[in-house]
Amino acid sequence: MRENTRQETLDDPKLQLALYTATGRLMDHRKKAIGGGKVPEYQDLRTRAAAVKRHTLDYLDVYLTQFEAAVQANGGKVIWARDGAEAADFILSLAKEKGESLIVKSKSMTSEEIHLNDRLIKHELETVETDLGEYIIQLAGLRPYHIVAPALQMTRYDVSTLFEEKLGIAKDDVIENQTMTARRVLREKFLAAGIGITGANFLVADSGAVVIVENEGNARLSSSAPKIQIAIAGIEKMIPRVRDLGVFLALLGRSATGQALTSYTSILSGPRRKDERDGPEEFYVVLLDAGRTKLLADKEKRESLQCIRCGACLNYCPVYRKVGGHSYPWVYSGPIGKIITPQFQGKEKDPWLPFMSSLCGVCAEVCPVKIDIPKILLALRRESQKSSDDAGAMKWFARLMTRPWLYRLAASFGLGWLGRKDGVWVREVKWPASSGPLKDWLAVRDFPAPPEQSFRDWWEKRRK
Amino acid sequence: MIYSVFMPGRVSIFVTCILDQLFPKAGVAMVAVLERLGYDVEFRKEQTCCGQPAFNSGFHDEARAVARHFLDVFDGAEHIVVPSGSCTSMISHHFADIFAGDTKMLQRVHAIEPRVHEFSTFLLNVAQTDDVGARFPQRVTYHDSCHALRELGMKDVPRRLLRKVKDLELIEMDTAEECCGFGGTFSVKFAQISSGMANTKVDSILKTGASHVVSVDSSCLMQLRGTLSRSGHKVETIHLAEVLAAR
Repeated sequence: MRENTRQETLDDPKLQLALYTATGRLMDHRKKAIGGGKVPEYQDLRTRAAAVKRHTLDYLDVYLTQFEAAVQANGGKVIWARDGAEAADFILSLAKEKGESLIVKSKSMTSEEIHLNDRLIKHELETVETDLGEYIIQLAGLRPYHIVAPALQMTRYDVSTLFEEKLGIAKDDVIENQTMTARRVLREKFLAAGIGITGANFLVADSGAVVIVENEGNARLSSSAPKIQIAIAGIEKMIPRVRDLGVFLALLGRSATGQALTSYTSILSGPRRKDERDGPEEFYVVLLDAGRTKLLADKEKRESLQCIRCGACLNYCPVYRKVGGHSYPWVYSGPIGKIITPQFQGKEKDPWLPFMSSLCGVCAEVCPVKIDIPKILLALRRESQKSSDDAGAMKWFARLMTRPWLYRLAASFGLGWLGRKDGVWVREVKWPASSGPLKDWLAVRDFPAPPEQSFRDWWEKRRK
Repeated sequence: MIYSVFMPGRVSIFVTCILDQLFPKAGVAMVAVLERLGYDVEFRKEQTCCGQPAFNSGFHDEARAVARHFLDVFDGAEHIVVPSGSCTSMISHHFADIFAGDTKMLQRVHAIEPRVHEFSTFLLNVAQTDDVGARFPQRVTYHDSCHALRELGMKDVPRRLLRKVKDLELIEMDTAEECCGFGGTFSVKFAQISSGMANTKVDSILKTGASHVVSVDSSCLMQLRGTLSRSGHKVETIHLAEVLAAR
């Protein structure tokens, strides 16, 4: 399978409907979960969560050290990875040392970000995604379409065709049966795997715990069935204390899927102890930088690291709802993808990205940790202005708008050329206005013919 | 004789560039409403634009030049009334951003901020009325412009005014708070996405059976009417000021 381009997505009515309904459903769930006075302290929770995250980022060095000491005290080990290669190298050498060749994995955007599966599979380590959506996109060879719902764009018919092709089973478009198929295949992997890799929703500094929320139980299995558990997480996942966790759990499920709490919340701290029946024998936490410390040094945009990956900004974003997840250049899509992609991947790579927004601000309104996404988009636009095509136009704009006589003259010439007519909407215009921005406007909608007189003309006449 | 506690005075109007050049009727209507309430309306001829196009594109030098011009023009005005949520927000929220660190300019900006009012908010908060004696016998739906809604927090203000208009029926659309897709240069840089957003909105407008879409921002209305017109729909767009001026 391949990804749809932005234009293909816009032109495909079936995909448009699927996108609109799926995101709409998630919006409704969130609204129901926090609306109607169900969580009267909702805004206070956001304020608290944002403050905790901001504080943790300000003192991240302290909390990272505390976390490492706590993990060690629990009998686990922390591995510091500067980038994806270092993270993968650790896992590869560990697998080699222990003689393991099969890895089960639960959902982790951080691992998607560093293309961990590709890196491991290249060295003949079989790595299997066990979250249903992730399993589907792994089979299909696609990037996640959505931070929370990776296969959001795929219908059950798509999955039926995919399973037939990749698993060699008869076509079946009943969702329950498809789930059972995945479960059957994955159960064997869980039992045979020597290593389980998970992500982390939160890292708790005072107790060295890795916290994972999920609905399928696959993360709990990935972290308990295999002998070795490796949790991989960006350093920004830190929160100071276990007692801070409640605020975030109350917000994450509600913002993501409208659940007061997800079906499973696992708080994993270290390998199995002597008196315990379950759990891995070895416990590792890979802490990934991969650009995060660079972002941390940027005071203006640092709050981008507060993100808890709930996906609410995607569901509410009118742009994401039109273009879908694969129209964004990296694994993170939607508003949050728009602000972190340039900061992680370099601003030169896709300079158009921060501009693909009407700045409507709904992302900031629904963000559970109050990231001011429009503000950061504006900052990124500002940083890209030197390379912008708009530089000339903006110089003229400023010249025009600071010289009232020039403004009047230009308006009367420019608009006069279009032909003044009250209340008429035009579909096409004469050259030269038929090129440039007006042409792009007219490609999809009509433009008002300039009226017989401007407001200031009316005002002048009235005074006389 | 009864004296009203409230004495209307002089207001200076900022007729935004898009209103001035493309939708002057909305400006004329605003003047009519303000004068009906007894205000002495002044229009300072040197005014142009708030600078938002440059600010939104990341050009702060250019935005600052235009903002400085605005501050010069409106120097000393007691009340500045603006028929746009978006331009009001540019002045009252973002002028401070572009002059960050410039104490002298910030002083001027902070002095003007409380004196800049979006038109409908002015009626409610300063003129202290929600009934301006308008009559508009139509079924209308109200579009929340993003900046009016999310930056100025104006959910209720325009609706309170609309509810007092005689013979007007207000029907809410299910996507009132969703962006129309205009977004300034976004509307031409990403015309296809912008148009997709407008079409979603148009579907929701049509479902209400309204004859008019009302908003406090002409740029949104230009986007919506342009889209409605392209698909041959007769639904009209109208600025809140024009509804309030009708009798």
